[in-house]
Amino acid sequence: MPTITIGNAQGFWGDQPDAPARLLEQYPALDFLTLDYLAEVSMSILALQREREPHAGYARDFVDVVRSLAPAWRAGSRLRVVCNAGGLNPEACAQACGRALAEAGVRKRIGIVRGDDVLDLLRKNPGEASFRNLESGRPLREVADRLITANAYIGGRAVARALDQGADIVISGRVADPSLTVGICVHAFGWSWTDYARLANATVGGHIIECGAQATGGIATHWLEVPEPGNVGFPVLEVNENADLVVTKPRGTGGEVSLRTVKEQLLYEIGDPKNYLSPDCRVDFSTLRVAAVGPDRVSVTGAGGSAPPDTFKVSATYRDGYSASGSLTIFGRDALAKARRSGEIILERLRRAGLECERSEVEYLGANAAARGILSSPVLLETVLRISVADPRREVVERFTRELAALITGGPQGLTGYAAGRPGVHPVFAFWPCLVSRERVIVSTSVSGGG
Amino acid sequence: MLYRPDRSVEAASAEITGTLPTSIAIRLGDIAHARSGDKGGGANIGVLAFNEEGFEFLLSTLSADRVAAYFEPMQPGEVRRYELPNLLALNFVLPTVLAGGGSRSLRIDAQGKCLGQILLEMPLEIDPQRFARCARR
Repeated sequence: MPTITIGNAQGFWGDQPDAPARLLEQYPALDFLTLDYLAEVSMSILALQREREPHAGYARDFVDVVRSLAPAWRAGSRLRVVCNAGGLNPEACAQACGRALAEAGVRKRIGIVRGDDVLDLLRKNPGEASFRNLESGRPLREVADRLITANAYIGGRAVARALDQGADIVISGRVADPSLTVGICVHAFGWSWTDYARLANATVGGHIIECGAQATGGIATHWLEVPEPGNVGFPVLEVNENADLVVTKPRGTGGEVSLRTVKEQLLYEIGDPKNYLSPDCRVDFSTLRVAAVGPDRVSVTGAGGSAPPDTFKVSATYRDGYSASGSLTIFGRDALAKARRSGEIILERLRRAGLECERSEVEYLGANAAARGILSSPVLLETVLRISVADPRREVVERFTRELAALITGGPQGLTGYAAGRPGVHPVFAFWPCLVSRERVIVSTSVSGGG
Repeated sequence: MLYRPDRSVEAASAEITGTLPTSIAIRLGDIAHARSGDKGGGANIGVLAFNEEGFEFLLSTLSADRVAAYFEPMQPGEVRRYELPNLLALNFVLPTVLAGGGSRSLRIDAQGKCLGQILLEMPLEIDPQRFARCARR
């Protein structure tokens, strides 16, 4: 039975920059490579970049990835690449990649997927019911004038179409992460878009590899026992025409593909496992069969599938004031009590200046801060005081960053770790999840270049 | 595995007098592994038993209410539990545990990466013989 191989070498924007070229070197027969650049807040960062510069608004790192793959392509690799690095500006991303390829003397056809951007639609219809916040139920009107981005999570159809049209590189915006894999599979095997069982199992495959090394030993509970995590191999899916999967990784690399790593990743960021929603299908995880079938080989079969909802999920972001976070190290007897008192002093000073912040958080790292109130703190000789504030007014947050330094001379003995200087003030981009009906999202593809 | 510094006084005295204790104190991480991450303003925690006996124990012991009570200081919201016997796993959804979610939360763990590790520290009582079977990987 014919099988295709799909790798992932970029689990998020900021992952190892040389991972794609290394994966191809370690696994030269790889057919397809998926790269995931977009998280909920990445879009707002891209929006700010585009505000400053109209040719920006995409993940520039991807251009370097394309350049790094050029030698393998020149040597005859047939690898095709599918990514969502286009962000808010797939055209500009494609142009930059085209230039990089031309400089490297490689001819490749580049496909672009457009249409996920629904910002204008949301701005013009702030009273619409489906644009209410999916979690809080609040109407979009409350934040409509502060919206920065709004993108529908679109499915794999456009990816498949671009590959059908001969694209070697597909650059999209907000295609849902697992749909990159689904689009590749439908292109390769010609499945119908109503063949929900196959689409569902392929979606599970995409879900497993979309976070890169998280499928191969990264963040595993038993991470300390995972071999050579510094040389971790990125995940590779072998998919056959029935959508049966084997998850594996290149030979000779570190990390581990085992029942433990794959099952943990199956449960990563999911809600109701019988109703996992993707733009391509609804997936039921409860019928999955997962089995170890060889060294670093785990098979995944049997996902249940049914028709997807008639809406796309929208990931929108809006401006929500400013925040800053500063840390100081406190060492010595009664470190925790000293840290508590220091934190109180800072917030009290802001209050007395009439600049109380809308939100603030004081934490003591080392004292089980991440489990505060649940796991009690051991006696500490050292803690990191971390104070964070947020407020709609930039000047209030700025004042906080200046107050912090006064502790160097007026605070407890043993206070150190301030060499990095004042903490920066950052704009906050809050997340607004909502829905949009499918017929209002017009997705298109185009393919150019190469020859 | 039975001899733990955090065992109860009863267990210790039973050991001295030669009788087996009826239950011992363990942590969830002795019989399960986990993974957590954010979902909007909330988070999920997948808990995976090492084996079938461990899964049966978790099914009867690790209720949504118990997880909600454990995370109460972090205001987790209405905790929902989903069962995945095919993976020997439970999935817990904690809808408001991140205090604003990945983009707004001021907490050090704004994205819920630590929640799995926190839950694995949950203390549990278990029959020692049953524990020996549940702890097998």
